[in-house]
Amino acid sequence: MSSVTPLTADARIPLRGHLRHTGALIRRNLLWIRQDPESMFDALLMPVVFTLLFVYVFGGSIGQALGGGQDGYVQYVIPGMLAMTSMTLSQGVGTGFNQDFNSGVMDRFRALPIGRGSVLFAKIAVELVRMLFATTVLMIVAVAVGFRITDWPGLFATVGLSAAFASAIMWVFITLGVVMKNAQSVQAMGFLVLFPLQFGSSIFAPTDSMPSWLRTFTDYNPLSSLADAARGLMVGGPVAHDLWVTLAWSVLITAVMAPVAIHKFRTKS
Amino acid sequence: MTRIDNKPSGRGDAVTVRGLVKHYGETKALDGVDLDVREGTVMGVLGPNGAGKTTIVRILSTLLAPDSGRATVAGYDVVRQPRQLRRVIGLTGQYASVDEKISGRENLYLIGRLLDLSRRDARARADELLERFSLTEAAKRPAGTYSGGMRRRLDLAASMIGRPEVLFLDEPTTGLDPRTRNEVWDEVKTMVGDGVTVLLTTQYMEEAEQLASELTVVDRGKVIANGGIEELKARVGGRTLRVRPADPLELHPLAGMLDDLGITGLATTTVDSEAGSLLVPILSDEQLTAVVGAVTARGITISSITTELPSLDEVFLSLTGHRASAPQDPEPADTRQEVAV
Repeated sequence: MSSVTPLTADARIPLRGHLRHTGALIRRNLLWIRQDPESMFDALLMPVVFTLLFVYVFGGSIGQALGGGQDGYVQYVIPGMLAMTSMTLSQGVGTGFNQDFNSGVMDRFRALPIGRGSVLFAKIAVELVRMLFATTVLMIVAVAVGFRITDWPGLFATVGLSAAFASAIMWVFITLGVVMKNAQSVQAMGFLVLFPLQFGSSIFAPTDSMPSWLRTFTDYNPLSSLADAARGLMVGGPVAHDLWVTLAWSVLITAVMAPVAIHKFRTKS
Repeated sequence: MTRIDNKPSGRGDAVTVRGLVKHYGETKALDGVDLDVREGTVMGVLGPNGAGKTTIVRILSTLLAPDSGRATVAGYDVVRQPRQLRRVIGLTGQYASVDEKISGRENLYLIGRLLDLSRRDARARADELLERFSLTEAAKRPAGTYSGGMRRRLDLAASMIGRPEVLFLDEPTTGLDPRTRNEVWDEVKTMVGDGVTVLLTTQYMEEAEQLASELTVVDRGKVIANGGIEELKARVGGRTLRVRPADPLELHPLAGMLDDLGITGLATTTVDSEAGSLLVPILSDEQLTAVVGAVTARGITISSITTELPSLDEVFLSLTGHRASAPQDPEPADTRQEVAV
């Protein structure tokens, strides 16, 4: 099927058809959540646990070093936390795909006259909904521990930027979900990819005090750019450079990984 | 438009396969398969695990690209016209490929929408099929809570939503208990009654006999026999007479004697040394009587004598002189490896 050439008019799926198919699949993925509310626990608990952990366990010490105490650290870490939350949740897209392949549901979809992209886009859309939910929870916890929302448009811009970057990263996880044998290995692999990216960044602490070899990594780490951009947007400071870098990363990752993911998805037997 | 141009008019072959080859790495899963299914008939593809049955179905349903060879379904080429082809087929895999997390009704509604039915039509079609496959009561429960038979019925219903011209059933009853298997057979017979062309893979001669009118026997990626089911049954012997002499040393003399008498069916008598018995294909009760008479006349003591429908293994023995290449495995857990290898 490497040479898919729709020769005739009736073979092409009109845009309305794509929208209908994607809509039907989104509905299916939302029904999963209704059927299995526990699947939302990670989206609900992760922001709560991580915020409390970092603010109360590390916040005092780091805040002191930064010069703003715990309150200062809250202002520092929450924008980064928003970036991290969306990253972590984007993993779910990979495990979900893997389950669909292993249960045979994907075979049924692939034997239907629908665009292969519909299945992918529906999954991404639902993960973005979950992300929005998690972000809302995070902001409620953030305000509860003393975060001051001073710039609402900045907050919304941050959510949009995180979503854009997360959608790009999702292509990586979709590829993993298609290529790996089972959901556990997808999860383990996702963790291996995300963990160093998340902690080797400016999300939790400024990079000034890090050794130079690590700084080289953190400076080029797109999550640092995302976190710094988020910080600039939500609490003030320089934005433009990090914003553009993050957007450039999103475009680059999508340009490279979306074709790879779609190719793997089409040719998987 | 093109459909009409490309499609042979009138009743012709619903499925045409020529020289199909597929490798999985070093393994040759299909080694030049030819196959024709006439419109409105049921073709049974019989073979052991690993024979290539699932690979055939996956290629015909566009899930897998062949390495070489040609295949068309309802006039559409599997490689060049996958989208048109997907519109006219239904597929039920070895694995009941329904979404376990959502209800039976939602499963059918989803497929309806993916087949471009309007919301209302998709709902109506879902309810109609739930009713027909006796799933109305369980309609709102997640499919994961269904029994094996209910799940298989839901899977059949799902493949019927688009009123397919050609239906692929890949081992529809593997892993089911006999009662449930009969239920599924009844459903398939009803579907066939509606005029759908069916290509069915199975490991069971009995299933092929129940459902199929024609049979293709495959082994190690090759077609080793095909024809009408009666014709093949005659070739392997309408029934198989299993004669077990009390003394295993009598096996070969007994076989020679029956061959000399020339009273067996079209296939020759085979010796099953492992079981210490002789398999005699017979076509009639007269032949059965004649065999018993001849054995008695020679004064050979028999410890048991039974007649049976030929099993897959016996079909293989008669057709090829060797046993099926892989042991028959009733466990559904292993069947997917045929694809993975």
